[in-house]
Amino acid sequence: MIPSIPQSRAFKGVYAAYISVFFVYLLIPLLVVAVFAFNDSMFPSLPWKGFTFDWFFSSTEPKLGIFHDSTIMEGIGVSLFVAFWVTVLSVFVGTCNAFLFERNNFPFKNFFYVLMLLPLVIPGIILGISMLVFSNTFVNGVENVFNVEMEFLRPGLVLVIMGQFSFITTISTLVISARLRKFDISLEEAALNLGASHLTAVRTITLPYLKPALFGAGIVAFLMSFENFNTTLMLVGSDAPLTITMFDRLKEGSTPALNAVSLLLMVVSAILAIGSIFLQREKGQK
Amino acid sequence: MRNMNAPKLGVILLMAPLMIWLFALIILPHVDMFLLSISEKIAPRVYETGFANYGEFFAEPLYWNTFARTAIMSIFTTIVTLVIAFPVSYYIAKMLRGRMKAILFVLCLLPFWVSELVRTFGWMILLRETGIVSTFLQWAGLADQPIEMLYTDATIVVGLVYTSMLFMVVPLVTTLESLDDSYIEAGYDLGGNGFTVMREIVIPHAMPGIVSGCIVVFMLSLGNYLTPILLGGKESLWFTEQIYAQFITRFNWEQGAAFGFLLLILSSLIVWGGLKLSRQTLSETMG
Repeated sequence: MIPSIPQSRAFKGVYAAYISVFFVYLLIPLLVVAVFAFNDSMFPSLPWKGFTFDWFFSSTEPKLGIFHDSTIMEGIGVSLFVAFWVTVLSVFVGTCNAFLFERNNFPFKNFFYVLMLLPLVIPGIILGISMLVFSNTFVNGVENVFNVEMEFLRPGLVLVIMGQFSFITTISTLVISARLRKFDISLEEAALNLGASHLTAVRTITLPYLKPALFGAGIVAFLMSFENFNTTLMLVGSDAPLTITMFDRLKEGSTPALNAVSLLLMVVSAILAIGSIFLQREKGQK
Repeated sequence: MRNMNAPKLGVILLMAPLMIWLFALIILPHVDMFLLSISEKIAPRVYETGFANYGEFFAEPLYWNTFARTAIMSIFTTIVTLVIAFPVSYYIAKMLRGRMKAILFVLCLLPFWVSELVRTFGWMILLRETGIVSTFLQWAGLADQPIEMLYTDATIVVGLVYTSMLFMVVPLVTTLESLDDSYIEAGYDLGGNGFTVMREIVIPHAMPGIVSGCIVVFMLSLGNYLTPILLGGKESLWFTEQIYAQFITRFNWEQGAAFGFLLLILSSLIVWGGLKLSRQTLSETMG
């Protein structure tokens, strides 16, 4: 069943039809979400009552547009804040890990490598509750012994950032390691021969080479953090990130305002996704 | 050149972030969760070590029924995802060439950059009583009243399959691409037909991809919370929901920790079993 083997026309037709149906299935949920963001109705469902931008820009109830909806705007703000810190931390630690595993030998290296991969195979909700339990033990322990209340380690944004960081770092490590592995070490040695210190060589030669992977890992980390739900749900305090706000609204019953936020998310994700694919392609050509 | 036996200062500095991350955020929390799960509350603020929380799980049919149900439905989801994804991956990897191939592959990936919440919301709009599918069926004369398609087991599976598709397609396309066309041609030259070539050549070659895809899809379905809750409603009886209820609603952390640990054990067993079965290691599958 490859192009060089003749196949009956009927078989080819059926196969192509199946592939088309598959792509319709893949795209239709996203399409309906996008289309109903413009429905001039209180519900994101048929009948179609006309085209409107109200769900984005209207400043009056009942059709409060998302740009005037303070809970949604705050949710976006909180999510951006969390995603920023998760991205910075996970790219930094990911880079350290990549250098550690690709360039150095140390006792129990393989053991630590497997340990480093584990967060990917732990369900997100378990990562969340284990961190909730441990931070609680830790804060109570510190309080009992030193009589200091570490309020910031109670459920809230710091825990959300730590929870997301704990598994996103594995992904950024893998992305950065993959590129570092392809680096020709003799370039760095040439810099050393020419009198550069080790740090200068890494800063001027290796890090610029790694730049596409650093950006790629950053984009992936940012998106995964922005969209994370399971881990965040268990660790969230009073400031709710966007996914949690949307989930709460969705349980109450939805208005096309949710479609409008979703469309916004889709557009941003698509831009970032295409950006990251572009970065990877550039990486492949070099 | 750098391979010395005693670690240098630089290596120790590089190891610091790794160690802090792994110990403070992964290992200690899980150890602590285990310790919590084996502590029994006998009076307010008085605890005793024991396995009563695990005993409670086996004593209460609702708990282990939910657990078994979640596992079985996740297995079913995995099989359905594989059956749908295999022909698509084969088409992308073997039937297409050049630009068309790249475009279809990216088209497969794009929906998964969008939040799971948005994707699930899409299915809710399609399947609810006043939704698109119901309206369409009435318009086409196939139904004479609105049909509620949300809040059934089938809907949960539809949502989970959709949400997991990427994690099946990517490993399948990767392994199928590495199969040289000449092996398939040789299979036909030696008198095989489409079916025998598929069974004897293509599927054995794709086995590593099939296994790693299945592992990831199973694990993600088992640990999913969003999709079963939104598409299955209050009666979805997903095990993660029990964990959430014990922690947040009932504030019975000891019981919740025991549930969490049971889910972790099941998920790890499946991952471990799948890797053993396909003779792969975690490092190969992920890296």
